Amino acid sequence: MTQIFAYIPFKNGSADDIALEYPSAAEKIDAGAGVTAVVTGAGPDLDGVANELTQVYSQVLKIDHGALSYPNAEIVRKALLKVLPADAIILFPHDTFGMDLAPGLSVKMDAAYAADIVDVEGIEGTTLKTVRQELGGAVSTHAAVDLSAGAVMTVRPGAFAPVDAATAQGCVMDKSAEVGDLTAPRKFIEVVEAETGDVDITKSDILVSVGRGIEDEENIEMAEELAAAMGGVVSCSRPIVDAKWMEKSRQVGTSGQTVKPKVYMAMGISGSFQHMGGVKGNPFIVAVNKNPKAPIFQVAEVGILEDILEFMPELSEKIEEMSG
Amino acid sequence: MEILVCIKRVPDAAENEFELNPAGNDINREDLVYSVNEWDNYAVEEAIQMVDDLGGRVTVVTVGDDDDEEILRREMAMGADNGVLLADDAFKGSDGQGLAAILKAEIGQGDYDLILTGAQADEGAGQVGGMLAAMLDLPYASLVNKIEILDGKTIRVGREIEGGSQEINEIQLPCVLSIQTGINDPRYVGIRGIRKVAKVDIPKKSAADLGLDPAGMGEAGAKTRRVDYFVPDAGGGAEMLEGSTEEIVETLIEKLKANGGL
Ligand SMILES: Cc1cc2nc3c(=O)[nH]c(=O)nc-3n(C[C@H](O)[C@H](O)[C@H](O)COP(=O)(O)OP(=O)(O)OC[C@H]3O[C@@H](n4cnc5c(N)ncnc54)[C@H](O)[C@@H]3O)c2cc1C
Repeated sequence: MTQIFAYIPFKNGSADDIALEYPSAAEKIDAGAGVTAVVTGAGPDLDGVANELTQVYSQVLKIDHGALSYPNAEIVRKALLKVLPADAIILFPHDTFGMDLAPGLSVKMDAAYAADIVDVEGIEGTTLKTVRQELGGAVSTHAAVDLSAGAVMTVRPGAFAPVDAATAQGCVMDKSAEVGDLTAPRKFIEVVEAETGDVDITKSDILVSVGRGIEDEENIEMAEELAAAMGGVVSCSRPIVDAKWMEKSRQVGTSGQTVKPKVYMAMGISGSFQHMGGVKGNPFIVAVNKNPKAPIFQVAEVGILEDILEFMPELSEKIEEMSG
Repeated sequence: MEILVCIKRVPDAAENEFELNPAGNDINREDLVYSVNEWDNYAVEEAIQMVDDLGGRVTVVTVGDDDDEEILRREMAMGADNGVLLADDAFKGSDGQGLAAILKAEIGQGDYDLILTGAQADEGAGQVGGMLAAMLDLPYASLVNKIEILDGKTIRVGREIEGGSQEINEIQLPCVLSIQTGINDPRYVGIRGIRKVAKVDIPKKSAADLGLDPAGMGEAGAKTRRVDYFVPDAGGGAEMLEGSTEEIVETLIEKLKANGGL
């Protein structure tokens, strides 16, 4: 029988949201498989999370070790290799931690690797059919994953429906004694928190968000005008920050800010999951893009096939006229 | 510093509209615009800057076919010293682990202090760097957005984590790092630069040259295989507004009013 393990990251004593999403993914991988949550860390925070997880998972495997007080991927990998069975299927979130740890673990386990799974479409023999996306979400693919020697998979956060907590009455298994030496040639030093900028985009109900489609730094003025007319502020996608056209504090996404506006105007943004991962609270999304196949049109309420450099000024003008 | 940077030629997601080919098993690759994977440009720039400061050489390598030579030349025009093309029919259909094994064989023929990859490429998996490090038994850090050389043996790297925070680590050389966008400002490559390296010899290595057994490589050795592509319906979720720009603006204004946007 397949054994599925789900690695649960946690912060400040509470489990990552994905803890409630893995059970749906596991169910689709193999409805008959047992699912074991895995937590690593040190001290009371770890115990708290492990106990909390017994409400969702029938088994929680805990590794408590001083070297794991910060989740250093190289050290966590070493610990996992000591306790996982050779043919395990283990799930991680496809986030900055999962991306750091999971590919190398698959090599060390000599198991298959499947990245950023957004859905699972059944199993035939030992071959699992998964769904993932490529090219920033522009195309989807089915990938066949050979599970016969185990598998490491990263699961896209938010892609599987969360289950209710308090469905299980699981038990915690303490594996701390089995991990032995946990040193690694990569030493964690500290976390430097993101800087806050002049404008707090998380406080605005209306965001005019610009992406690479803005083409030039000077054109951002058009977005500023539209935002002013609408009573909102300008935010952006990552390439705008990478180009140093706007401050990092204006970036929406998983490595930027999480925003919850009422209206989100996505101007020349393709709609990659890392960008949309920062847009929460079900806003009214308007997408203006000149590519009819842009993935943003999958998630927007209203789609407009236009050049933003022509459309934004027209829209601003009309709004100003109206209120003027 | 001897630095190797792994690069890839990819269809440009911002420049193309993707359609399926008639057989439905691939995207239509005719007329696609290709370019260097965005993340790789940052990796090459970082390598060039390090070598400018510390001396040494930058080598760029790709697994592909003859068409991929163009991106090696592009990155050489940027300032990389050498290019290597790893090409063999046996490599076709390799999964991430297969690609990492091919790259590992090439790395074994050199003596590198640092190996860089882009954080991810067109497949969005972000896998090759971490796999390569594990195969080479070298330390690894992903999504690196800052590198500081402390001494000949240790570097301090910043990794980008959620919310824009940075995780600082010290790592021993040699190591493998995957590079995140924004770490630097990749330099512009002009036609003149490209012309200058147009005639430079780029060695092409096969499985045999790398000491790899072609059996069990490529698709045959892959534990993960892409079965097909599909393109989601256009406008699957959105109500597409149509008409003249003026009409669209008017409809949009009504909708914005109804939804708290005005
Ligand atoms: C670990 C990690 C974390 C990341 N975190 C974030 C994050 O926090 N936030 C983020 O945004 N990204 C993030 N990214 C990057 C993300 O994957 C995408 O690369 C990025 O979101 C793309 O930005 P974009 O949509 O502006 O650009 P593109 O994908 O290049 O899209 C530009 C769009 O504009 C359209 N366009 C071009 N010109 C015009 C025009 N004149 N008029 C109308 N439309 C036009 C094009 O058709 C295209 O759809 C992250 C990536 C990684 C690997």
